[in-house]
Amino acid sequence: MAMTRKQKRLSIIGGAMLFLGLASGLTLYALGQKTSYFYMPVDLKAAAPDPGQRIRLGGLVEKGSIVRGDNTEIHFSVTDQAHSVTVAYNGILPDLFREEQGVVTEGVLRSDGIFVADSVLAKHDETYMPPEVADRLKETGMWQHADGTDEAAQ
Amino acid sequence: MIIELGHFALVLAFALALVQFVLPLMGTRLGDPRLMAVANPVTLVGFALVAVSFAALTSAYIQSDFSVVNVWENSHSAKPMLYKVTGVWGNHEGSMLLWVLILSLFGAMVALFGRNLPDTLRSNVLSIQGLVGAAFLLFILVTSNPFTRLSPAPLEGRDLNPVLQDIGLAIHPPLLYLGYVGFSVCFSFAVAALIEGRIDAAWARWVRPWTLAAWLFLTGGIAMGSYWAYYELGWGGWWFWDPVENASFLPWLSGTALLHSAIVMEKRSALKIWTLLLAILTFSLSLLGTFLVRSGVLTSVHAFATDPSRGVFILMLLILFIGGSLALFALRASSLTQGGLFHPVSREGSLVLNNLFLTTATATVLLGTLYPLLVEAVTGEKISVGAPFFNLTFIPLIVPLLIAVPFGPLLAWKRGDVYAVSQRLFAAFGGALLVALLGYFLIDGTGVLAAFGMGLAAWLMLGALTDLALKAGIGNVSLSVAWRRFRGLPRSVFGTALAHFGLGVTVLGIAAVTSLDIERVMVMRPGDTMSVAGYTLKFDTIAPQRGPNFTEDRAHFTYMDAAARVQGEIISSKRLYTARQMPTTEAGISTIWFSQLYVSIGDATSDGGIVVRVWWKPMVLLIWLGGVVMMGGGVVSLLDRRLRVGAPARRKEKAAPAGVAAR
Repeated sequence: MAMTRKQKRLSIIGGAMLFLGLASGLTLYALGQKTSYFYMPVDLKAAAPDPGQRIRLGGLVEKGSIVRGDNTEIHFSVTDQAHSVTVAYNGILPDLFREEQGVVTEGVLRSDGIFVADSVLAKHDETYMPPEVADRLKETGMWQHADGTDEAAQ
Repeated sequence: MIIELGHFALVLAFALALVQFVLPLMGTRLGDPRLMAVANPVTLVGFALVAVSFAALTSAYIQSDFSVVNVWENSHSAKPMLYKVTGVWGNHEGSMLLWVLILSLFGAMVALFGRNLPDTLRSNVLSIQGLVGAAFLLFILVTSNPFTRLSPAPLEGRDLNPVLQDIGLAIHPPLLYLGYVGFSVCFSFAVAALIEGRIDAAWARWVRPWTLAAWLFLTGGIAMGSYWAYYELGWGGWWFWDPVENASFLPWLSGTALLHSAIVMEKRSALKIWTLLLAILTFSLSLLGTFLVRSGVLTSVHAFATDPSRGVFILMLLILFIGGSLALFALRASSLTQGGLFHPVSREGSLVLNNLFLTTATATVLLGTLYPLLVEAVTGEKISVGAPFFNLTFIPLIVPLLIAVPFGPLLAWKRGDVYAVSQRLFAAFGGALLVALLGYFLIDGTGVLAAFGMGLAAWLMLGALTDLALKAGIGNVSLSVAWRRFRGLPRSVFGTALAHFGLGVTVLGIAAVTSLDIERVMVMRPGDTMSVAGYTLKFDTIAPQRGPNFTEDRAHFTYMDAAARVQGEIISSKRLYTARQMPTTEAGISTIWFSQLYVSIGDATSDGGIVVRVWWKPMVLLIWLGGVVMMGGGVVSLLDRRLRVGAPARRKEKAAPAGVAAR
């Protein structure tokens, strides 16, 4: 099968385009399905995510809210000073998990309003604050005039 | 005084870097050999100055001179000496200084070993190295000066972040930077080629060893970082698709592509423009990695406190280098001559395929990493892209490449025969199928995917061995002849086989751990036992203990096999580093062949027990051992006579174009 120079080039380009097309399709699909949105407690009050939708919940660990259960279960509240959400987590918390520290948890909101987290973001540095939480807490500083219209303000 | 000397040396180095950028470039433009001759001495002196500066900072750490802000923030007099030294790069300022030190080291190596490069090429390369060096020296001096003094000097330092006080993190940043910055040489060569508007086989022969060296350090750095995260963070994971991890993985992917396209360019002088572009992109991704890690714009589990003003500065550098080099590429690339025709089915074709897959995978990972930033910039919504995205996109893209790997080295240049190659790989395919079937039916808990992964790993390993066996002619000629041929094979053939074999080893580890690892979480009291993977783990005692700069609760475990014979002991502890009041978990790990029993302890519960988390990690060590084997492949390739930098030419190169000296 003798191929002309043009055919060789076309076959390479055609194969590459096909592959790139598949890759882009896959990527777009994955971006639609596999990304999780970031919520603060107040966002959950304003508009709850679809049931079963994975989200990230961030805020501060509320003071005095950490309750250790029978086995490895643990409950704590994540607050943005305006609202708070109870988080249920089963496992070992990261070393730097403390009251009144910034935290990002990932999981699903149950219909009874308890957030079931399967991961709690750890960090390596005690002065580090997840950027989403930091940004939103700065906004929270001016919360009085943004309350209720928060979605529009974003 | 030493500190001020270090600071002064750094300022001088900045001034010299500017000279190194301007004069040689003017020399090549004006054709003035006197200006070009400036490049070498200036590069060497610049390196010496940065080294003096680095030594000054190191001495401040060794002497615990807390009048230096950087030392006060990151050191402690009670810290072990090893971590005093490694603490130099355990922080932002010091690690940037290390970055520049390695950059100027590479510049100095080009100056030293590149004496037989054409003068104009060497001058242009060193000039670009000078520009990169000047930019980063300015960055250090303006935003991240490690030599700032503090008055009055505090009596005691605030200690290094405890998770960084670890041998793994002592080695990880230098290796990673050797990789990142090593690609700067490829970048400088690419830009120099664009400036000259000329690129030839001599150019490729020069760029390939640098790519190889950078790639092997980066491989080591990533493997080291992954192993560190695995044992130090105490969650038993080895890769999280975290932005900071992706930042090092991106240049590795495109660097791997560059490594392969440089082969085509050297042997067949095809893919020239593409190789140039890859060289530029790889270093750009290294810079992007530095930016992502240092600016803290992305939420990362590995993030450290960061300063946004630095992020803006690095972003400007990023725009300057990436934008500038790509603009130059757009202007000049068309003037470079393309050469070397080949059939789609050929060694070249397989390497093009490799590049297509690797760059697409790079693009996917890059998109996933930056997507949260893009979305936030456009809609203001904050989203996160995590492991599910990367698993869904990266794995389907990379698996076909892994299947294709054994074919590549067996295909002939110019025009290959897939059918003949498939016949030769028949034994390897049979072996891989056997491994997959055995894995599926004999090991409990393997699904189809796990069995496929094991088969794929066996395919890669057997494919690499087949390549060596066929090249030695085993089966066709008598054994003694085959042995002689085997020993006479070029080192680069061994390097390729070793690297591909190592890839298989890593895939095997990943397949085993992902599908077969066992996790148990349980509240235990001293005397309690738990069974995991056929072993019985007994919690003996827990007792407080004091270390040099920490206090800890040490939990002592023993584990027994099915016949209740004691197999070993595991110590897992919870430490509190007193200076920072920061707790860390020290996982207890016991290695059984390539598998590990991993124990980490958590908080005490209200009823006097302690949360214990235990993992059985089958074959987990293979993930990193594969990386070590890949590095070995890189080293062996680098020792190939044809690549050895500065080695005298054994034979006169016939086709050294444009009167360029052979090496």
